[in-house]
Amino acid sequence: MKNTLRQVFRSGKFVTGFVIFSAILLLAVIYPIISPGNPLQMIGLNSFIKPGTYVSVYDSLNTQRTYTFKLPGAAEKRIDSKLSNEDRLNIKDYLLRFGLPEEAVDIEQTHDLLALWWNNYDPELRLGSTIAENRYFARLDDKLAGIFESEDIEVGELDPDTGEYVRKKMVTETDYVNVSDVANVIRLPLGTDNFGRDTFRELVSAIGTSLQIGLIAGTVATLIGLLLGLLAGYLGGVADDIIMFFSNLFTVIPGFVLLILIAYSIDQSQRGVTTVAIVIGLTSWVWTTRSVRAQVISLRSRDHVNLSKLSGHSLPRLIITDILPYIASYVVMAFILQISSGILAEAGLSMLGLGPKTTDTATLGLMMDWAMRYTAHISGAWWAYYPVVLVIALVSFSLNLMNTGLDQIFNPQLRD
Amino acid sequence: MSNEKKELCLSGTGVTKVFGFGERKTVAVDHVDFSFYSGELISIVGESGSGKTTLVKMLLGLISVTEGDIFFMGQKRDIRSHRKKKEYWKGIQAIFQDPFSSYNIFKKIDAVLLDCIHMRGGRGLSKEKKIEMMTEACRFVNLKYEEMTNKYPFELSGGQMQRLMIARIFLLKPKILLADEPTSMIDACSRATILDMLMELRKETGMMIIFITHDIGLAYYVSDSVYIMERGKIVEFGSANEVILNPKAEYTKRLLTDVPKIHEPWEFSKRKRPMTQEERFSSPQPINIEV
Ligand SMILES: Nc1ncnc2c1ncn2[C@@H]1O[C@H](COP(=O)(O)OP(=O)(O)O)[C@@H](O)[C@H]1O
Ligand SMILES: [Mg+2]
Repeated sequence: MKNTLRQVFRSGKFVTGFVIFSAILLLAVIYPIISPGNPLQMIGLNSFIKPGTYVSVYDSLNTQRTYTFKLPGAAEKRIDSKLSNEDRLNIKDYLLRFGLPEEAVDIEQTHDLLALWWNNYDPELRLGSTIAENRYFARLDDKLAGIFESEDIEVGELDPDTGEYVRKKMVTETDYVNVSDVANVIRLPLGTDNFGRDTFRELVSAIGTSLQIGLIAGTVATLIGLLLGLLAGYLGGVADDIIMFFSNLFTVIPGFVLLILIAYSIDQSQRGVTTVAIVIGLTSWVWTTRSVRAQVISLRSRDHVNLSKLSGHSLPRLIITDILPYIASYVVMAFILQISSGILAEAGLSMLGLGPKTTDTATLGLMMDWAMRYTAHISGAWWAYYPVVLVIALVSFSLNLMNTGLDQIFNPQLRD
Repeated sequence: MSNEKKELCLSGTGVTKVFGFGERKTVAVDHVDFSFYSGELISIVGESGSGKTTLVKMLLGLISVTEGDIFFMGQKRDIRSHRKKKEYWKGIQAIFQDPFSSYNIFKKIDAVLLDCIHMRGGRGLSKEKKIEMMTEACRFVNLKYEEMTNKYPFELSGGQMQRLMIARIFLLKPKILLADEPTSMIDACSRATILDMLMELRKETGMMIIFITHDIGLAYYVSDSVYIMERGKIVEFGSANEVILNPKAEYTKRLLTDVPKIHEPWEFSKRKRPMTQEERFSSPQPINIEV
């Protein structure tokens, strides 16, 4: 057995798959420990907040210390953050339509460009070709107002008694606060979803749940498949006929259709994660049954089984010591594939709206479902679905890679 | 040996095995009758595919008999329950053709031998006693127990594996041993040794050996009686001398002409007239060299 393991871990494909899978698994296990809390808490009140670090404005103003920095290019950066390259091109476009010669407009020279704009922009002229364009120019003009200003900003508080603003603080251009001094900072590596939940946390918890689903579905399918395959293959006769009848039935009706029908017929309130996982397992044992049966049929007439019989071993002992070890590698491979297909089946079901009905757990499929329902793809909120797709792909890729690696070891004739 | 009082040990009437049905029907063994007596060495000779292995498996009770009856110790064989089968297998054991596929590759050699001790009711023996028995069995087949213990069968050579099979029989001491071409898959050097050991074992225990082979020359040397099998049927049987020196069936004659001219290869090729059967088998040499 030690030899086999050593051989397995010498297979490049298996190790690659194993490393990817372990990394994903570790993330799902360790992240909730180092960062506890409800992964599905709605923290943002806007939907699809983009990824990034968010600093509380309120707390920034109220930090104990401010620091003064005179950074070169600070003013330019400030201007650039308001005036994008696209804006500059649009200004040029406007100015050209207005009738200025091409060489007079240089979008690199911010001051000159804006001077030209302020001199020549007239909302009455409506030089934009569409209403939307005209509105855009008006908005741009608003935005640009005061772009060069660098006066201090006064922070005031309304005195409820007198109804007057009382100055609390002056904020100057060169004031800085240390992020660690700001009481509330939130880092959202993958932004939020439509409900304002931290997508990264949600994704990590979804990975955990989906792996559980895969594991449960895979275990159920493999156990049923193994048991029926052993019975059909070893006993033969009527037992074989009955089992093959059902497995043919299940082959004729595609598993996924059956899955949809069963999932649909289960009452919504009962469609929890475990139920869905078991249902997936119950509809995907056919393949394992068939292959185990085929293997057992070829094994049962082998001489080592005959010798074991001649040594007086009982049927259960025969199956456990003379059949199972020979098909173990095969069953492990089937199990790995079942986990992968279980995760995919859940994703498929959930996207049809037939996944686990829950608001307190996320699964990879449910995350896809939510992203689609709330049209993340139209809002440009790539962070709500691309990472999920990537994780699904990585999980099934790594599992399939492990399977292929094992296959090459245990079926050497496939080795290239 | 032939004139001693013979006890009928294993016999069959109209024993038939049909595999598959319809288009793919194969009659592997076709209505064969046989009577094997205690202590005899019987050879069953036939080309590959003539149904020898199938007959062996039926005799062992490993596969069902399609038609016909098998009698064990004068009574109709009854192996319907696991307990009865186990009892039957205490009396009848086998060595299979391919030693490489005869062992469970996940089991150590010790387990194989211990199974035999347990089968003979030795489960309660002390560990020392069991090791002593295994050592003796290994010694009988020229293997060292110390070198065998904790090893897997696949670490042995084909010849060693087949010897281990004989060690198994040594421990089990069955009444009947079915040896299904035990030397056909191993290297030439080991063959003679294996045969010697079988003969030795027979001498010690007086067991009946049913020796399966495709080599009619070998059958002549070792056996008391010979059964010739052709495509599932027994075409000729009798004492070794009768059958081989005086063959009646065409098939037996053909088998005999296929025997390599082992004893007088050079002179034979210069001869004008074909050798008679007596001449072909008149070599004084024992079996050890050319099998
Ligand atoms: N399990 C089986 N199923 C179908 N046909 C079989 C089976 N076992 C043996 N046969 C057929 O029975 C015939 C006899 O085979 P076998 O007994 O192995 O011959 P031998 O041992 O003399 O070489 C062959 O034609 C073989 O193809
Ligand atoms: Mg054979």
